[in-house]
Amino acid sequence: MALDAYQKREFKQVGTRPNRPDGVDKVTGRAMYGADVTAPGMLHAKVLRSPHAHARIRSIDTSAAEALPGVKAVVTSADFGVPEDAFLLDVQDHCMAREKALYDGHAVAAVAATSIAAAKAALKLIKVDYEVLPHVTDLDEAMKPGAPVVQAGRAFENVPAGMSENVTHHCEFGHGDLEAGFAKADHVIERSFKTAATHQGYIEPNACLASVTADGKADLWVCTQGQFFYRTLCSAILGMEASQLRVTASEIGGGFGGKTMVYMEPVALALSRKAGRPVKLVLTRDEVFRATGPTVSSSMDIKIGMTKDGRITAAQARLRYSGGAFHCGTVDFGAQAAFAAYDLDAVRSLGWNVMTNRPKESAYRAPGAPLSIYAVESVVDELCQHFGLDPLEVRLKNAADKGTKSSYGPTFDQIGLKATLEAAKAHPHYAAPLGPNQGRGLSCGFWFNFGGNTCVSLSVNTDGTVGVTEGNPDIGGSRASISLMAAEELGIPYDKIRTIVADTSSLGYNDVTDGSRVTFAVGLATIKAARDAIKKMCSRAAKIWGIDEDAVEWVDGAAVPAGPNAGKFPPMTLAEIAAVSAETGGPICGHHEVNADGAGVSFGVHLCDIEVDPETGATKVLRYTVFQDAGKAVHPSYVEGQMQGGAVQGIGWALNEEYIYGADGKLQNPGFLDYRIPVASDLPMIDTVILEIPNPGHPYGVRGVGETGIVPPLAAIANAVSRAVGVRMTELPMSPPKLQKALAEKG
Amino acid sequence: MQYVAAKTADEAVALLAGHSGMARVLAGGTDLLVQLKSGMVEPDLVVDIKRIPGMRDITPEAGGFRVGAAVSGAELGEHAGVCAMWPGVVEGFNLIGSTQVQGRATMAGNLCNASPAGDAVPSLVAAGATVRVQGPNGTRDVPILEIPAGPGRTTLAKGEIVTSIFLPGRPDRASDAYLRFIPRTEMDIAVASAGVSLVLGSDGTVESARVALGAVAPTILLAEEAAKVITGTRLDDETLARMATACEAICKPIDDKRGTVEFRTRTAGVLAKRAARIAYDRAGAKA
Repeated sequence: MALDAYQKREFKQVGTRPNRPDGVDKVTGRAMYGADVTAPGMLHAKVLRSPHAHARIRSIDTSAAEALPGVKAVVTSADFGVPEDAFLLDVQDHCMAREKALYDGHAVAAVAATSIAAAKAALKLIKVDYEVLPHVTDLDEAMKPGAPVVQAGRAFENVPAGMSENVTHHCEFGHGDLEAGFAKADHVIERSFKTAATHQGYIEPNACLASVTADGKADLWVCTQGQFFYRTLCSAILGMEASQLRVTASEIGGGFGGKTMVYMEPVALALSRKAGRPVKLVLTRDEVFRATGPTVSSSMDIKIGMTKDGRITAAQARLRYSGGAFHCGTVDFGAQAAFAAYDLDAVRSLGWNVMTNRPKESAYRAPGAPLSIYAVESVVDELCQHFGLDPLEVRLKNAADKGTKSSYGPTFDQIGLKATLEAAKAHPHYAAPLGPNQGRGLSCGFWFNFGGNTCVSLSVNTDGTVGVTEGNPDIGGSRASISLMAAEELGIPYDKIRTIVADTSSLGYNDVTDGSRVTFAVGLATIKAARDAIKKMCSRAAKIWGIDEDAVEWVDGAAVPAGPNAGKFPPMTLAEIAAVSAETGGPICGHHEVNADGAGVSFGVHLCDIEVDPETGATKVLRYTVFQDAGKAVHPSYVEGQMQGGAVQGIGWALNEEYIYGADGKLQNPGFLDYRIPVASDLPMIDTVILEIPNPGHPYGVRGVGETGIVPPLAAIANAVSRAVGVRMTELPMSPPKLQKALAEKG
Repeated sequence: MQYVAAKTADEAVALLAGHSGMARVLAGGTDLLVQLKSGMVEPDLVVDIKRIPGMRDITPEAGGFRVGAAVSGAELGEHAGVCAMWPGVVEGFNLIGSTQVQGRATMAGNLCNASPAGDAVPSLVAAGATVRVQGPNGTRDVPILEIPAGPGRTTLAKGEIVTSIFLPGRPDRASDAYLRFIPRTEMDIAVASAGVSLVLGSDGTVESARVALGAVAPTILLAEEAAKVITGTRLDDETLARMATACEAICKPIDDKRGTVEFRTRTAGVLAKRAARIAYDRAGAKA
């Protein structure tokens, strides 16, 4: 067994719930978020945005704005090059429209001035000559022949001929003989579904401070999920060498995937370069909604066959996702995840990406999976209703397990799906009585999880404390989890360790905080960095004792002579070794670099009880329980928080959240008043049950837990509504007007 | 932009009447400051009226209460007399915004913001409240219903301000209630709403009633037919169903991001009958 593989052990600190290291700063308001950094001579930037959903930019006259007192720089796309790489060009075009404005809110120019008021006044003086073009914001409309073409010539070769130019991408996954499978079924259900785009809804608006000096060095302080990726994108767009741009991640007020992409950071850098002064750019909430985030919108057809005893014989998904005005591969994730929970002989998922006049999609917790799994889990539930079968038993009967060839290709190793389903079945929630107009729904959820590039340094200080330096912004409690794992491995108390998130000049490349990767991959690298430091400390002790370093073991935070030397010398603690390190060879540090594999897929099951007001169509969530496999919960409070947060965001998606576009192609609800994320009083306490089926790919058995939780709520609520009031909601959100109408039509 | 904290109502009226540009009155500011911040309005003059003596007073008058134009939701909610006599007025007003907003928001501001969805207004219409208006030509008392002219527009003339709202006195066997529909449970704007005020006779039937509907027309509606339907009844299910139908019949809502015509119409009827039942139970409990 490889040293980094899972080994069963008794944990002393992992699994406890110490205070969070960022807690005091956050509750006292001292934490430094993206907008909290200032610099001498700093300018304020504002962005001019397209009022049109689709328009050719004939010309931009910035002369009057530039002449306004206080204005120090104005930039447009003319201040940027044209990158050869298609992805990079899309990223740049999204930050600043080049030939066409592709959606309502698309940036067309930006101003840096000595005050916000001057910058705002300057925006009004910029004259943009637009040729307004026909637009399309609905993806089914965009697929029709003759629909307005958002960007011409962007379709990949594998897109079937004869489709609209807006269809850019096609994918297909699965195995087995579908026709034979459907023939074996006692009943086949085919349903179509639609879901609205949603926003990550992070509370902290995107913000940055950019400073480019006359000699070409630059600093960027920014609210991001990945300072290294932002460096890659910004340096490439600005034509800088990576070493000359240092990116420092601020404390982060939520990201959920939405802060894995640059939106205005290259613009701030371009303004700073032009003005020769630091530039701060903070988006308003309106701008956050119109020009950052959102998820894909979707339109899906699902067909599933089942025998009367509940065995699924064949399953097919046809998924159409729109990632806005740019190329987008998220439908691949949706197609791969759609049937991941099931052990199927015949399964096929097909996907298409469609361009629409909407902002570029960004990742949001398990991108693509909530939609396809909502549609699949709705049809599975309807089949259970058709045959009068218990929905949990049917899922157990078809559940993927170790050795199952997954619908997207790989064969699963040890997974927690059956254990999660069994836990739900045994939980008192599943048998609790329900009242009138109440219903109980359930759904499985899945996410792949990710490992990726990771680099950690660990320094042993001479006073016996330890610093851990990692490169991933902490969006879910990772500093606490990493400190716990370092403490466990080193055998010293948690409070002797401080973990910090370093800038891009302090460590090797770290992938973005995404794919639920940080506790898994940074944890793994931290454990191995600690082992590296332990090896060095054992060597120092051996030197002091004058014995061979192989004859020293590390036990409970101390070097101990072993083998033939056992008992010859008293143990030397980490603090004792560190105190004399200057005499034994200098500072003691541990390092580890890895492109981590073996993240281990994650499954969850959600149970929810809802009540529908039959007269208004309002749905109230009464009780909600999340069952999820965490592999090993390093800091259980944070794991519960991830499961609860995912469930709440999924509930919002199911019931009220949506991007609403008018006939004019403009976003109707760019604010938290009419983009309705749930408020605390909308929700019951979200109960959690953590299962721990160790991930074979991590020394402590850890699996990522950040994303799976958002996947099941959509179908769990739709299924509960169906069982409460007898209507099957196939469009999200199931907002009160839609549900009231469905109830009225049912009569 | 010029900001003036007027010391008297006369000063406020003189400033507003004599100003040629865009002027706005500031009471609680919970609408105006949001509009300023988002760039929706850019007034040349803002006249703050909440420091004018008497503007924040609640005064017993003729068996009812006179509520100053700058009285906040939190202040009204703590006034035992008003809460006992007009619980529906208080609950409508107190639904606006968050706890922080309640420390500032005013009924007069909600009225003069003239949104058809204003939560303070339907109950005031149902209560038969009157508004005292002071202007360049003196002071007049106006029924609440006559203030809004349409979304964002009032019937107030240039230079006129609301100085107080009067809630009339009423018999013991009387009460009111307000309900609104929002897609979540707080921090939202009514998609449809209903305020009902009623007086019970000695036999437990409704002796008189007033019903008002919000967010289903350009201004708050007084649903006279619905009130007639419930008068003389004990609000049995059949009566309430007829009341809902009478409410639906006068709704003229719009389709927008917050709700469809169909949804608003149907929901206004549902809320009216539920509010009537609550008001009836409250009035009965007092007897």
